[in-house]
Amino acid sequence: MRVATVALVLLAVAAGLFWLPSYAPYFYIFVVTEILLMGLFAASFNLIFGYTGMLSFGHAAFFGMGAYTAALLLLHFQLPLIWVLLLAMLAAALLAALIGFFSVRLNEVYFAMLTLAFGMMAYAVVHQWRSLTNGSDGVAGFPLREFGLGLDLQLADPAVYYKVVLVLVVLASLLLYLITRSPFGLLLRAISENAERVAFCGINVRRYRLLSFTIAGMFAGLAGGLFAPFNRVANPDMVHWTESAQPVLMTILGGAGYFLGPYFGAAMFVLLETWITTYTEQWMLFLGIILAVMVIFFRRGVLGTALDWLMRRR
Amino acid sequence: MSDPILSVRNLSKAFGGVHAVQDVSLELRPREKVALIGPNGAGKTTFYNMVSGRMRPSGGSVSFEGQDITGLPPHRISRLGISRSFQITNIFAELTARQNVEVALTALHGKGLQLFRVASRDRALRAEAEQVLAQLGLAELADTRAGVLSYGDKRLLEIAIVLATRPRLVLLDEPTAGMTPEETRQVTRLIRELAAASTYTFLITEHDMNVVFDLADRIVVMHRGRLLAQGTPAEIRANRAVREAYLGEEEDA
Repeated sequence: MRVATVALVLLAVAAGLFWLPSYAPYFYIFVVTEILLMGLFAASFNLIFGYTGMLSFGHAAFFGMGAYTAALLLLHFQLPLIWVLLLAMLAAALLAALIGFFSVRLNEVYFAMLTLAFGMMAYAVVHQWRSLTNGSDGVAGFPLREFGLGLDLQLADPAVYYKVVLVLVVLASLLLYLITRSPFGLLLRAISENAERVAFCGINVRRYRLLSFTIAGMFAGLAGGLFAPFNRVANPDMVHWTESAQPVLMTILGGAGYFLGPYFGAAMFVLLETWITTYTEQWMLFLGIILAVMVIFFRRGVLGTALDWLMRRR
Repeated sequence: MSDPILSVRNLSKAFGGVHAVQDVSLELRPREKVALIGPNGAGKTTFYNMVSGRMRPSGGSVSFEGQDITGLPPHRISRLGISRSFQITNIFAELTARQNVEVALTALHGKGLQLFRVASRDRALRAEAEQVLAQLGLAELADTRAGVLSYGDKRLLEIAIVLATRPRLVLLDEPTAGMTPEETRQVTRLIRELAAASTYTFLITEHDMNVVFDLADRIVVMHRGRLLAQGTPAEIRANRAVREAYLGEEEDA
């Protein structure tokens, strides 16, 4: 019954989002595209953070890897978008496997620091390797032609691109959700609670952490791969360590204990940023205040707090 | 006599200059129930930690079913068939009792790398988990979050996780620590039943001498990191050195 209710609500939301271009102001197509992509980015991060119990501070490296791979493939080879995205995911997954190989053997703050360090290295490489990445200007001017799979889509139209993003983010999220409910997901949750006990059950914890980290990197790569064409440029800002802080903030804002928490957090983050910056330049000040209040009073995030409140009213 | 299931030779562990365990040799026969006793700080838990892979020995060797397992990581040792419980309850508080057991079963059956199926729809796993819980009288608490179980039930769940890995050697580190006398009786009876009905070999550390003398076929006494004595419960009861070690502790206290 409750599962059915949640499924119905989500279907209604998905339908409402699908037909968004027909009723919402044009401007909101951009806003919601960004929310969807940042939501997927944050949800991928939460596979490592909420489900595996490791605070990664270098997640933008995989988002950036996806964005640059997509931008460069579109610029130099004009591949169909779907192939570009699959290759962006592959590239991000490989980078995550490499960084994860060194990082997942460390715990707690050392893991966070090492992922941050790798993230900074990724930024330095992107920034300095001018012949490939065009330095601080980034990779721009790439054409968006066909989607692939024989679909005739006008990707240059923001409303069409928005729908492509929506469908792909929903599919990727369903896959990610399935992973969290799988036997693998159960072991990840157990590892986040008590890694040592899991090891004494016969599980090579490091291998599971690495796989979780790699899968998370792969989905971040998809978010980045979709973000570059939306943004019309892949630039070093996407790889900067402050970009790595975003999924952390979004996840805590929304609620790390819920699969949908990061999506809520991303929506709040982007909407607040959009609204507040129309009144004042001091967006970061307001964000800081909101986050402080959340962390002090609403540890379970917006979604967690709202659900608790709904339960109590029953 | 059959070959030993566990054979420990000259096992030692030093922390800096402190010899927590020194030159301990011990053999366990299949299906034997052996109690490892000794005053606090005798090195019992350190000994467990080395056998189960939590700590690397500074010297000596451990072999299990004829295979050298010295210094192997915990997950390898667990897969070979040694499973241990912990003195301080070590369960997954946020998961349900059933899920706690399912974690161990998922590992046992190599299902951990299944990414695209729903764990809770795995009927076979579910049934097996419920069967393990029933063995420990926890069947009715299967859907309860482990963190809110009573202390005694948490200790039982700890043992359920250990048994779910289908070990051949079970190391129990003070299974009745902190339990009420009633719970202690229950656990003692349970362990005896399990030992009688199964092929498990047990090594148990315990402070409660009633439990020790009730359960053990053989008792091994450690004192200040060394093996002080071993023998049948009657022999140990009569052993002067053992009595002095324990009396000595009482005088210190």
